[in-house]
Amino acid sequence: MKPASFDYIRPGSRAEILAALAAHGDDGKILAGGQSLVAAMNFRLARPEVLIDINGTKDLDYLQPSGDSLAIGALTRHAAFHKPVVDGPLGPLLAKVVRNIAHYPIRQRGTFTGSLAHADPASEWCLVATTLDAEMLIVNAEGERRCRAGDFFKGTFTTAVGAQDLLAEVRLPLLDDGWRSGFYEFSRRAGDFALAMSLAALKLENGRITEARLGVGGVADRAIRLHALENELAGKAPSRELFEDVAASAKAAIKPSEDIHASADYRRDLIRTVVLRALTEAAA
Amino acid sequence: MSAIGRSLKRLEDRPLLTGDGCFAADNRADGQVHMRIVRSPIAFGRILDIETDEAKALPGVIAVWTAADIADLPPIDFRMTRIAGLEPYRQHVLARDYVRYVGDPVAVVFADNPYIAEDAAELVFCDIEEETPCLDATADPVAFMPERDPALLSEAAVITKSYGDMEAAFAGAAAIIEMELKVGRHTGVPLETRGALAVRDPETGVLTMYGAAKVPHYNRDSIARMLGLEPEQVRLSEGHVGGGFGIRGELYPEDVLVCAAACRLGVPVKWVEDRREHLMAANHSRDQVHRIKAAVDANGFVRGLVDTFYTDQGGYVRTHGGTVSDLAAALLPGPYLIPAYHVEGHIRLTNKTPSGTYRAPGRYETTFVRERLMDAIAARLGLDPMEVRRVNLIPEDRMPFDRGIEALGTHVLYDSGKYHDLLDRTLTRIGYQDLKADLARRRVAGEAVGLGIAFFVEKSGLGPHDLVTMAVQPDDTIEIVTGAASVGQGVETAMAQICSDVLGVPIERIRVIHGQTDRIAIGFGAFASRVTVMTGSAVKIAAEALRDKAIALAAPLLQADVRTLTLEMGCVVSRDSGATIGLAEIVAQSGKDLDAEGLFRADHMNYPYGIHVAQVRVDEAVSGIQVERYLVAYDVGRAINPMLIEGQIVGAAAQGIGGALLEEFIYNEEGQPLATSFADYLMPTCHEMPPVEVLLREDAPSPQNPLGVKGAGEGGITAVGAAIAAAVDDALGRPGLITSLPISPRRLHALLRR
Repeated sequence: MKPASFDYIRPGSRAEILAALAAHGDDGKILAGGQSLVAAMNFRLARPEVLIDINGTKDLDYLQPSGDSLAIGALTRHAAFHKPVVDGPLGPLLAKVVRNIAHYPIRQRGTFTGSLAHADPASEWCLVATTLDAEMLIVNAEGERRCRAGDFFKGTFTTAVGAQDLLAEVRLPLLDDGWRSGFYEFSRRAGDFALAMSLAALKLENGRITEARLGVGGVADRAIRLHALENELAGKAPSRELFEDVAASAKAAIKPSEDIHASADYRRDLIRTVVLRALTEAAA
Repeated sequence: MSAIGRSLKRLEDRPLLTGDGCFAADNRADGQVHMRIVRSPIAFGRILDIETDEAKALPGVIAVWTAADIADLPPIDFRMTRIAGLEPYRQHVLARDYVRYVGDPVAVVFADNPYIAEDAAELVFCDIEEETPCLDATADPVAFMPERDPALLSEAAVITKSYGDMEAAFAGAAAIIEMELKVGRHTGVPLETRGALAVRDPETGVLTMYGAAKVPHYNRDSIARMLGLEPEQVRLSEGHVGGGFGIRGELYPEDVLVCAAACRLGVPVKWVEDRREHLMAANHSRDQVHRIKAAVDANGFVRGLVDTFYTDQGGYVRTHGGTVSDLAAALLPGPYLIPAYHVEGHIRLTNKTPSGTYRAPGRYETTFVRERLMDAIAARLGLDPMEVRRVNLIPEDRMPFDRGIEALGTHVLYDSGKYHDLLDRTLTRIGYQDLKADLARRRVAGEAVGLGIAFFVEKSGLGPHDLVTMAVQPDDTIEIVTGAASVGQGVETAMAQICSDVLGVPIERIRVIHGQTDRIAIGFGAFASRVTVMTGSAVKIAAEALRDKAIALAAPLLQADVRTLTLEMGCVVSRDSGATIGLAEIVAQSGKDLDAEGLFRADHMNYPYGIHVAQVRVDEAVSGIQVERYLVAYDVGRAINPMLIEGQIVGAAAQGIGGALLEEFIYNEEGQPLATSFADYLMPTCHEMPPVEVLLREDAPSPQNPLGVKGAGEGGITAVGAAIAAAVDDALGRPGLITSLPISPRRLHALLRR
């Protein structure tokens, strides 16, 4: 469990990071929190020639509400979200979710955008980004581009971030006061990868759902936002029957993955339960 | 005040808490080279060629060996339970002709540093002709190594034990109950992986291996024999050990390789295992399927029991020989009378990691089997499960109870036990009737909660004997030297307490040296819950001899008759004059050494016993199980240090919960192990652990040793699978649902859907 040989550089600025990425291309790899990358290197599943450590670039560590969104920098650690980071419903939502990410020491080191760039199918932040339709800022030496979560995730460990790109910032929409959220995850032990999880956000006005966001993670090659079911929820009063119907539809809509911890059949039933529990919590 | 029975703080803890521990990887020697094993990526196949040229050419590589380079080394022999016919299944230190599991060592690389060693290991190419692996121990036996010996089949041995009139038992039965029960493949996982440093002194020629554990003397003899050295040319030295659990410290191929390399390469050789290797190379355990058939009368009394079981031994038979299967066969009847019993245990080789003993070997499995049977009898006959146990338990007036069969070559003679009494005390402690009513109320309210109770008999204190030496030092401390080993269980503290009890010296002035083969001629190490019983008794005998010697030497110094002298608080005291003299002072003034030996022999093991109680809540919608409450009642005869025993019990219960709910070595159909990291091999953490209550009893001291003690190292794990399975059945209101461990969510989901 010793990594293969690699070079290590520690740029001091964003410009230097981008220059290093441009110079090393496919051979380079960004080191942010390293909580997935370093383990993969020790198993020799990842063999970057050059590690580009961005931890020296402190101005990438920020959380900035701006306009109608929260901007999250490339070095913002999971632990930054332990307490609500913004006023309104988004802060508590993130604080609720972050407790499910691995364990306390890992959360001190791992980063929000690193999770997104890594794109593990069972990543909580990928589910959050997908469900809330985050906006990604991808930069390289040539320039920058923005992309929405729906176009960002391409599959297991695969995203729109190219070999010379840095995922520099992620923006989550600030939710106004009418929104409420629910999150439910089932994993084998506390801190383990989700066998299934769901995030639900409901905007309630006068006892009716006016808008809904519903996503499921840990069950396929990427988190899934259930647009059709969001539409089914909109305009209706929250009720046990409605949520049961939506949960059953979610179960029918997804073809789940299999692994040693969960068969497809089991995951289908889990999808129903996690969606039901997330919705119920959101409406409670 | 007696030092025995007090929860004194551990003597061992200061270096561990201050970071001064010395574990295997902490050993280093000037000029050391690093060893890396090349392991088979294939579960079963014939070795056609192993290409090492590219690896040898890598700068920094010192040597690369395959089996051909060490053709003179014999296979690793059995330490225990040598059953006729097992020999051909022993493992060579590097695979010859065939690989038999993923992880089987096929080559070994020595290099300047561990990075280069791992780089070079990747360059070794194994050309292996794949064969279809055998992954089911209940399937018909197949050829072990087809080309080499087509007639040698994968059934290595069948263990048979029998007593009573089975025909009569079945002829008059009110009901016959048949079940198939399975305990999955899991094992003890010490947080310290294995590791060793071997150094040969060029002057004396003495080879020292640091990082030894569990059975240093035995391994010294084996290593010497394998390398053609005399035992006194080999020295094993134990440092701190980060957990043993039966698997750590057995003689493995890697231990022999570091020693052989230190001799042949002429440099110190270091090896530290990584976790991925550990999970595919160190002994696995459990993995038994039992098919039982019981004849019972109308009260649920078991008239006769027939069991056929299959132990999945993995790729080879290692040092434990037939131990696990032998113990399973001998101890399955547990605390019950069972007047007729017949068992046939099949030891079958498969293409998985070889297996050996793990804490409560054979008992965790058979307690699950036997207690599931008791619950099934209760369900079939409509009786209370505790009543069924009561009618079957061996009554106190039948003690000592002769089972009429052997275990590990010793007659199974239950030395003492008050089984009914412990059951009553346990039910009183948990408030059985009220608790049942409370759980029934919660079930009515929609919760799936349930209670499971399982009885077990452990065994401990395996002989044949144990020796300690004891000597008063000039600084007025007492040094005890033992061939026992410490795997973290508190040996130093417990031995010091036994010594202190006789001599009155505070334990802080007693030093216990263990695991050093150059300090004492014989030693049996730490396994089978033997240390407190065997070594502890030897310490008591030695301390009493030392006391008598101190008094004899003190008599002329105090000008007193020995009959008027006693030993109090580490001083010889004259009852007549009140004069006193300390132990070191006796040495100084008499000019004689104040030392003693203690040798304790035991022909029989002794048999502690206990009860586990589990309360669980099942979340049916996600097939999740939460253990809400856990209690272990355990009679150890006499508790030397209750705090240490409780620690042993709680830790063991955690491991038991792992085996019941989480831990499993899963293989795919090609024989690839799928749980080779802690992301997939799931051990319980503090989040999954309920509070564990301990009801520690001393109602049935052992008449077989001068302390009355029985072993306390294993009883915390023995009945966990059985108790949790019963609790899950109860929570779901489906008696007999759980027949297989671990009860993973995936498996529970399949059962609930059925």
